[in-house]
Amino acid sequence: MREYSNDEPVDFVIVGTGAGGGTLACKLAEYGFSVVALDAGPYWRPLEDFASDESHQSKLYWTDERIVDGDNPLQLGSNNSGKSVGGSTVHFAMVSLRFRPEWFKARTLLGYGADWPLDWCEMWSYYSEVEQALKISGPVTYPWGPRRPRYPYRPHELNAAALVLAKGAEALGIAWTPTPLATISAPRGLAHPCVYRGMCVIGCATNAKQSVLVTWLPRALAAGAEVRDLAMVGRIEHDSGGLATGVHYFREGRQHFQRARNVVVAGYAIETPRLLLSSASSRFPQGLANSSGLVGKNLMVQANQAVWGLMRQEVRAYKGPPSLAITEHWNYTDAGKDFFGGYAYMSQGPLPIVWAGTQAGKRGLWGQRLLDQMELYNHQVGLKIVGECLPQERNRVTLTDERDQYGLPIPRVTYSYCDNDRRLIRHSLGFMRQALEVVGATEIWDETDDTCHLNGTARMGSAPENSVVNADCRSWDIPNLWICDGSVFPTVGGVNPSLTIQAIACRTADRIKTSAARGEL
Amino acid sequence: MGERYPGYDVLAKRHSPSWNEQTRAVIDARLAVDPAAHRFLSDTEWVTLLAVCARIIPQPPDRVPAVPIAALIDAKLFEDRRDGYRDARLPAIREAWRRALAALDTESRQQYGARFHALQPLTQDDLLQAVQEGKGSESAWGDFPQQVFFTKRLLHDIVTAYYAHPTSWNEIGFGGPAAPRGYVRMGFDMRDPWEAAEADDARVG
Repeated sequence: MREYSNDEPVDFVIVGTGAGGGTLACKLAEYGFSVVALDAGPYWRPLEDFASDESHQSKLYWTDERIVDGDNPLQLGSNNSGKSVGGSTVHFAMVSLRFRPEWFKARTLLGYGADWPLDWCEMWSYYSEVEQALKISGPVTYPWGPRRPRYPYRPHELNAAALVLAKGAEALGIAWTPTPLATISAPRGLAHPCVYRGMCVIGCATNAKQSVLVTWLPRALAAGAEVRDLAMVGRIEHDSGGLATGVHYFREGRQHFQRARNVVVAGYAIETPRLLLSSASSRFPQGLANSSGLVGKNLMVQANQAVWGLMRQEVRAYKGPPSLAITEHWNYTDAGKDFFGGYAYMSQGPLPIVWAGTQAGKRGLWGQRLLDQMELYNHQVGLKIVGECLPQERNRVTLTDERDQYGLPIPRVTYSYCDNDRRLIRHSLGFMRQALEVVGATEIWDETDDTCHLNGTARMGSAPENSVVNADCRSWDIPNLWICDGSVFPTVGGVNPSLTIQAIACRTADRIKTSAARGEL
Repeated sequence: MGERYPGYDVLAKRHSPSWNEQTRAVIDARLAVDPAAHRFLSDTEWVTLLAVCARIIPQPPDRVPAVPIAALIDAKLFEDRRDGYRDARLPAIREAWRRALAALDTESRQQYGARFHALQPLTQDDLLQAVQEGKGSESAWGDFPQQVFFTKRLLHDIVTAYYAHPTSWNEIGFGGPAAPRGYVRMGFDMRDPWEAAEADDARVG
């Protein structure tokens, strides 16, 4: 790996190496820019560092304290926040979906949320680039939306949990498909195909998972980027002219300062606004890139409610990737809805600790009743949504007076559903209940309060007064400060965000290359 | 209980291709936890925690050794390990547990004239259920958010500790560690020879 000194102003210092930062680091390095990418987490070698153990592998998660409040305080950490080189993609469930085209103009075409300053046709080609880079395994034809190229690898075999979804969808007359997944169904380089060990969300120990860690970052290093792990960035510095000059970070027990011509923040929807806000200065007293006052606001989760039941047959949902089958019917169908937005739902395969946490924390079971339910683990089956929640300014990330181990202010994450969110959830629970009933599941119950994926908090837009960055992920206020992660989403749609984050990063890299050629950097 | 998968012992796979060296080291460390070890909680708090764990997860009396749930929680407290989020109504994990264990004892003495660990199991259950429903007494709990604590801290920490242990995997028929070898048979009523067989099940593959 090439290494840069702190005093050498690199073209780009990137804070965070997940779906946004890791992808961008690769693309910029391949375009010939000098790049240093910092990450607060360690640079794992999965074959040597990962155990098959749910408890031990919590080392992949962002477990530093965050305060949660609002009407619906969020659960963070394991299900949505990674602290690893490669970010949350090291533990994501690999579900790799494109947005519905209309979502990029949600306000104009569908009447809710906000329009993106991006064109879906352009995004379609960037989605293809990412799908090729990750060798996504998916169906020959996808049932919804405009035509897309064939997925590079064939779909995975379905497990029993996925067959439950398929049978239910067919009985209700809606389409379903094997889920497009970022885990290989055939050999790729030195990696074997997925062995269906089912522990994807605690880190893939065989490197079948096509995370940022094993796809974009090796390319980034080959192209001359440096990845500096265990480096927690606490502050972005700027000069008297208001341009960013580099970042202060904590590593190996002391503070450092990396000089850079451009700074990219890619810390995801909590750490990104946290860093921008805590970099406030006399020139930018409300935090960097925040003349709109929108940094930290419009935090969006995705609804992650589920319906669970029991099958007479053995399901053993712990085998295989957890979400092998999906329906996006309610993302693409607008008729018969009493809410804005959409949702997908997928088959599920919770590991024991997560499953026990669901039975205890969500269903309130303990004692013998809990043990009895847990004994039915191999017969349980579930359908779970990724549902679109609307942007609301009251949902936000702010700073508290408490300090963490680095001496940095601990963030406060405030979240409340709106009425539309609740209507979407009610619709989804009712529909999924039918989808379980028709396949003969019994003892069906609703898990009503789960959420996943974080977005918003530094939205992109078409004007400085209503957004933090422009379509190129470039700050309106500080021209050499960029934000490239899920923070820039104006709306979230009803699909997992990682593919879109990576597609935006690819586009941003192209825009930077073009701007540099024009002398506009 | 424990009858659904007779004879299944996930540890029997320790030297099979389902376990790699990293996993063996991690599980060995967990199995070596001393059930009596408490480095964070005081002796007084410790016996209360033991009694709480025994009601949330009642283990068979003939299980030796029992899963050391309380010791795993004490280790979490000693190391001050966090989960990545804290409900604003709750104090940090150490203080939350200390205050709740003290409140349980106070409530128990007020109502029954004895500490929590000395009560009959069904009485202990009544007290725990009252906390779950937010009906613990004002004088014992004050403004401490007992319901939030019960759901987000107490249940979370106890089940997370128990279901991290191989003994619990035997009970539920979980395959356990699976790397480098994963699974081949994925459909309904299908299992690989190295998976647990249900008591009424002669099917393999």
